[in-house]
Parts: sequence; C-alpha cells; structure tokens
Amino acid sequence: MKPEIITGAEIVIRSLQKESVDFVFGYPGGAVLNIYDAIFKQKHFKHVLVRHEQAAVHAADAFSRATGKVGVALVTSGPGATNAVTGIATAYMDSIPMVIISGQVPTHAIGEDAFQECDTVGITRPCVKHNFLVKDVNKIASTIKKAFYIAATGRPGPVLVDIPKDITAEEAEFVYPETVALRSYTPVTKGHLGQIKKALDLLIKAKKPMVYSGGGVVLGDAAESLKKLIDTLGFPVTNTLMGLGGFPASDEKFLGMLGMHGTYEANMAMQDCDVLIAVGARFDDRVIGNPDHFLSKPRKIIHIDIDPASISKRVKIDVPIVGDVKIVLDDMLECYGEVKSDHDKSRVKPWLAQIKEWASKDCMAFEDDGSFIKPQKVIQTLHKVTNGDAFVTSDVGQHQMWAAQYYPFDKPRRWINSGGLGTMGVGLPYAMGCQLAFPDSQVACVTGEASIQMCIQELSTCKQFNLPIKIINLNNRYMGMVRQWQEFFYGNRYAESYMDALPDFVKLAESYGHVGMKIEKSADIEPALKEAFSEKLKEKLVFMDFITDQTENVFPMVPNGKGISEMILAGDS
Amino acid sequence: MENESGALSRVSGLFSARGYNIESLTVAPTEDPTLSRMTIVTNGSDAVIEQIVKQLNKLLDVVRVLDLNDGKYIERELMLVKVKASNQYQDEMKRISDIFRGRIIDVSDNTFTIEVTGSSSKLDAYLESLDSESIIETVRTGALGLGRGDRILKA
Ligand SMILES: Cc1cc2nc3c(=O)[nH]c(=O)nc-3n(C[C@H](O)[C@H](O)[C@H](O)COP(=O)(O)OP(=O)(O)OC[C@H]3O[C@@H](n4cnc5c(N)ncnc54)[C@H](O)[C@@H]3O)c2cc1C
Ligand SMILES: Cc1ncc(C[n+]2csc(CCOP(=O)(O)OP(=O)(O)O)c2C)c(N)n1
Ligand SMILES: [Mg+2]
Repeated sequence: MKPEIITGAEIVIRSLQKESVDFVFGYPGGAVLNIYDAIFKQKHFKHVLVRHEQAAVHAADAFSRATGKVGVALVTSGPGATNAVTGIATAYMDSIPMVIISGQVPTHAIGEDAFQECDTVGITRPCVKHNFLVKDVNKIASTIKKAFYIAATGRPGPVLVDIPKDITAEEAEFVYPETVALRSYTPVTKGHLGQIKKALDLLIKAKKPMVYSGGGVVLGDAAESLKKLIDTLGFPVTNTLMGLGGFPASDEKFLGMLGMHGTYEANMAMQDCDVLIAVGARFDDRVIGNPDHFLSKPRKIIHIDIDPASISKRVKIDVPIVGDVKIVLDDMLECYGEVKSDHDKSRVKPWLAQIKEWASKDCMAFEDDGSFIKPQKVIQTLHKVTNGDAFVTSDVGQHQMWAAQYYPFDKPRRWINSGGLGTMGVGLPYAMGCQLAFPDSQVACVTGEASIQMCIQELSTCKQFNLPIKIINLNNRYMGMVRQWQEFFYGNRYAESYMDALPDFVKLAESYGHVGMKIEKSADIEPALKEAFSEKLKEKLVFMDFITDQTENVFPMVPNGKGISEMILAGDS
Repeated sequence: MENESGALSRVSGLFSARGYNIESLTVAPTEDPTLSRMTIVTNGSDAVIEQIVKQLNKLLDVVRVLDLNDGKYIERELMLVKVKASNQYQDEMKRISDIFRGRIIDVSDNTFTIEVTGSSSKLDAYLESLDSESIIETVRTGALGLGRGDRILKA
C-alpha cells in the first residue's frame, strides 16, 4: 500500500476518526485554522461551535459524563486556551475523561511572546491528568492515541494536546498506532483477592454495616454490579453528590445523599456504622465534615478505588482495595459464595430498625402553604413530569442541592453536575452535551439566576443546533447559597449576594429565538412544566423563569468544621 | 522518570500545589539516556510521605518511586566552599578540611575553594566548624541517594 502522506491538521482529524469521535466542541482562531480547514473538508464528526471556549470544554465534559465516552474540545492558542482552563479544571476535579486539543504559536515563535502565545502546557499542568506539546508532525497521531488512552483508563481525567500551527501545516505519513505502551503508566484494575476476602469477612460479621458509594461507581459503569452485591448483602447504601444514580434512589435500602446537605439518616448511619465500605468515593470534606469528629467513632473502613492516592488521603483505611470498582465488586460477589453460610443476615436487624427511626424524622419535608413557589416543589414536579427519566444538569448553588435532593435518580449518568470544583456556569453547556448525545431524551437544566448568566451566551449555540433543552431557572434574586451562609454564619450581612438588575429572562430567551415562560404562582408549577415538556414544545428550548421563595434554605446542613452528625435541620432555629 | 522536558516542573509543581516541602532536589540523566533519576529530600508525617509517594507515582513522567528511608541507603552531597585566604583562617581551615576530607581545588590571592562530599549533615557540620566570618560563598548539589546492596531502583 502507498504510504498516506497528509498534513498535520489532517492527521488530527484522522486520529479523531480512529477514536470514533462523534462530536468536537470548539471555537476557531489563528493557531487552529489549519485544523479548521481540515474540519471543513471532513464528515467523520460533527463540530459544535460554541460561543465561549469554557462552554466547549463543559459541553464535551457533559457529553462524556452522559455517555461514558471521551469528550473532545478544540480551542485556539492564548485566550482560547485560557478560556478553556475553567472547563478543564472542572473536568479534572470530577475525574472526567476528555481530550482537549489546543493550537499553539508556530514552534519557531514559542518563547518570543508571540501574538496569542501563552504557555498552555504550563498553565494547565496542575489541572490535567497529563498534557503534551507536540513538536513533530510525525508524533501527532501517536500523541493523540496516548491522550485518549490516558484520559479513559485508570482514574479518568482530562488530557491536553497542544499543537503549534506549523506542525499542523507540515506533512507526514499517517500511521495510527494500534496499542499504547507507557512504562510509567500501568493502572491496576483487578483488586487483590486476599484483600477482597478480608473485606467480605468484615462485612458479613458487621452489626452496623454501611455502604458509601461515589462517582467511581458511575465513572466505572458499575451500577449493576453494585446493585447485585447490595441486594445479596442487604446493606443500607448512601451516595455522594457525584454518585447519585449509581444506586437506584427508589430502592428501599437507599438512604439518600450524605454529606453537608445529606439526609439525617445517611449522615447518622455514616457516623455510627461499625463497618464502612467506600466504593469509588474519596472522603471529600463536603462529605465527612470534620475528619477528627468522623474518626472519633471507631469503625473499620474498606475502600475500593482505582487511584491508590485516593486511599488513606484524608481518612486512614483498614482494608484498601486498589482496582476498578466493577471488577472488584464482581469478584466480591463471587467470593461471597464461599462465605455465604457464615452470613447471618438477622444480625443487622437492630441496625436497620435504628436507621428507620432516623428516617422517620423526615428531614426532607418542607413547608409549603402555596403562597410562594417552593424550589423543592419545582424539582419534585419536574421529577413527576419527566417520569424520573430525564437527564438533569445543574449549575452551582442552592438549586443544585435541591435538584440532588428532590429528583431521585434511578440510573447512572443522568445527574450531570460539577461537584469538585463547583463551577457556576456549567448548567447550560452541560445540557448541550447531553442533548447532543441523546437527541431524543428529555434534558432539564436546573439553574439559578446568577449561575445561568455565567454561560448565557450558549443560548445562541442551542439555537444553531436546535437543542430543545428545558431550562428550570430557580430565580430567588439571590446568590442563594452565598446568602444562606451569610444568614447562618455572618449575621445576615448579605454582602454582594443580591442579584440586582436581572434581565427579563423571557425576553432574553425570545431574543435568541427560544420560548420563555415566567412562573410566579405555586399552582402554575405543574401546568407550566407539563407545557414545556409537551409535544407542542418538543422541538423548542424553553426557558422557565420560576420566581421562587427568596428566603428558602437548603436543609439539612452540616456547618463548616462540624461533624456530619451535627446537622442543622429545617425545623431548628 | 522520563528524561523529557516538563518532567521536572511536573514534580516541583506537585510539591508546591499540594503544599509539600522540598528540602533539596537533584536530577540528571542516567546511563539510560531516556531516563533521569531524581533524589528529593522532603519531610512530613508517615501519612504525608505516603501521599507524596502515591502522588508522585501518579505523574505520567514518573516511572518508579523509592522511599530510601524504607531500607538501608547511601547518601552523598557535594559542596563547594569559597573561603577567605588570609593567614588568620588558613591553618584552621586546612585542619578542619582534613578532618572532613575536603580538598582544596582552587586557590587565588584572596580565596581558597574547597570541595567536600558526604551526607548533608556532614556538610552542615563542616560549615559549622569553619569560622563563619571566613566563608565567602557556598554551593551544594543537594543530596543524592542510592539503596545499599541489592536495593535497586530500575525502570
Ligand atoms: C455547593 C456544593 C455542595 C456540595 N455538597 C455535597 C454534599 O452534601 N454531599 C456530597 O456528597 N457532596 C457534596 N458536594 C460535592 C463534593 O464537593 C464532592 O465533589 C463529592 O462529594 C465527591 O464525590 P465522590 O467522593 O463520589 O468522588 P468523585 O469526585 O466522584 O471521585 C471518584 C472517586 O472514584 C475513583 N474512581 C474513578 N473511577 C473509578 C473506577 N473505575 N474504579 C474505582 N474507583 C474509581 C476516583 O479515583 C475517585 O477517588 C457539594 C458540591 C457543591 C458544589
Ligand atoms: C464560578 C463561580 N464563582 C463563584 C462561586 C461561588 N458560589 C457558589 S454558589 C453561588 C451563588 C449561586 O447563585 P444562583 O446561581 O442564583 O443559585 P442559588 O444558590 O440562588 O440557587 C456562588 C456565587 C462558584 N461556585 N463558582
Ligand atoms: Mg439565585
């Protein structure tokens, strides 16, 4: 066969094709014009033109969260790359597999403060799993191959490939490597069987067992394996914010989310258990609260995680199991057969009764006399209207917590939000990524009037690509989450947390060619949501501006520095 | 670790980003030109050291990490010291340098330069023994470490 000599830009395109990329989210500029010219001439993937590079990365990130595939974004050098940084850091904190391709000034100009030059590899180094600067056209294909491999394996994460403009113009033979071998990177996927047996031994002897599962179950596509094991063991389960949907919320063994805004029963059980198994969860400070308080109760802790550095980082672990959560859970279930006869399930009855008692506090109840729109009710109604089967993205703030608390997820990869970095502005681009991945599914973006304005320009992208997203704006005229902290911990001094001079969101939506609705009465919540999700508006983006109760707070709440069992509940004053 | 540009800044960036201490850091290519070997001297509780090792292992450019303190090892550091060459200090300086097996490697009208090798604490002790008035400048490589006997760090 004749060797295929093509330009570096074409090599980029062909490499993406080899990786079966469907969508590239991007924004052009000088340093990537060669690549854009090659995009113009190809039909392997669809390029989604965003209105800000941050949104390109967020949308690609959400595409990955919703599908499990590697998300791809393309940005130009300098400001294109710096605009992408927030998106990259967001993906990094939540371990999302992505490849970001950035243009760079020509190799001969690097270091000369050239036009739109910035040290992209240097700037992104602390917020990527790895990054590359490609200085040889012959290395583009192998570098992209490595980037996809690194992004998707082990603990996933974003990988950036920076390519100078002259390199995309030069020509080389296109050879896409079949495999990658990196001597310094060999993630362990199979858990140590001895450790798994040790863990099982602890679990079946536990009187007060507790399962704490996180984003790793979602990322590792292990929801089914987890469900099988838990059904076998009969233990109570809680999810982190990132783990929601990793275990079905409608299962009676599910105690709800835990942590700062977790349920009373989940937090009490987490604190009081005698054997805890953490499954793909990283003992975040928003989850265990004050670590000294958490450790003041003796308990044995088992931790399954693919990243050894997640284990014993904040809390000392008794039985570490390094491996892929699905493989480990399946092995654990298999090993259970050997010890099944020693497992006396009645042992945990008093514990389950205790949990039931905690749950009877009904910590998620909220007062609603119908005079205001209660944000919780909007989410509950959204759940009803979408049959609990929508992709729900959110921004960051109170509305995010209410979405997490009042929309019970039964499936993984349906709840798309920024947990680790907590990036306001993700909601709308996240919804774009989901809707493009699943054009026939319902996609709801739960947001706040502050967050939505951080990427509002993407309404234009939604118009261009006909994305019928339903935006649920819980408009409390406050940076509610900030206001809540100021109310509780800063003597009601609402410093700069009031959102003054808000736009007319209905007109704003309309000016972008979408449908706008303003909902001001509690009685209108359901009719409005039904209309937005009706056949009539199926093809339309609907911006629903819910004017909600300004003073509503998120409960339960564990104040900063407190232990997780020291919650403020809705009734407390 | 991989002998590639950027590898060093990944390591040093990790230490500063996570608030770990670097007392000294030395790096140079090995007999295999694709690999560099780095010796880092740091301090912290066992838990912190465990995290440092794990975090270093996560870096794509890092091939292997060995905590030398887990077993027997040899430590060496090289120091060059320039001192004043006045009669006042001369004999004392020569005597102390002999004790520490230092070698005079450069002489000028006003200065002597001495080379000393040893563990970092030995070099500290040498400096303390000299009259501090006599020291003009010092330069140190930072510690190098190697496991003893069969303790080998290889890719
Ligand atoms: C306003 C706000 C409030 C918040 N309040 C809460 C709260 O109340 N409760 C709460 O839980 N969170 C809350 N968070 C989120 C919190 O900050 C963390 O993002 C979240 O708790 C981390 O979830 P996780 O432990 O599941 O870890 P993730 O960040 O999802 O990490 C996943 C873990 O799984 C591992 N992993 C990945 N893939 C695999 C695999 N295949 N096999 C095995 N392991 C794998 C990774 O190494 C990692 O350790 C809040 C965030 C915001 C912005
Ligand atoms: C980019 C960014 N800047 C600042 C913050 C801090 N912050 C967290 S929540 C919040 C307020 C969000 O307000 P809104 O979107 O109206 O949501 P609400 O809490 O009112 O539901 C702010 C400012 C953040 N998370 N992200
Ligand atoms: Mg608000």
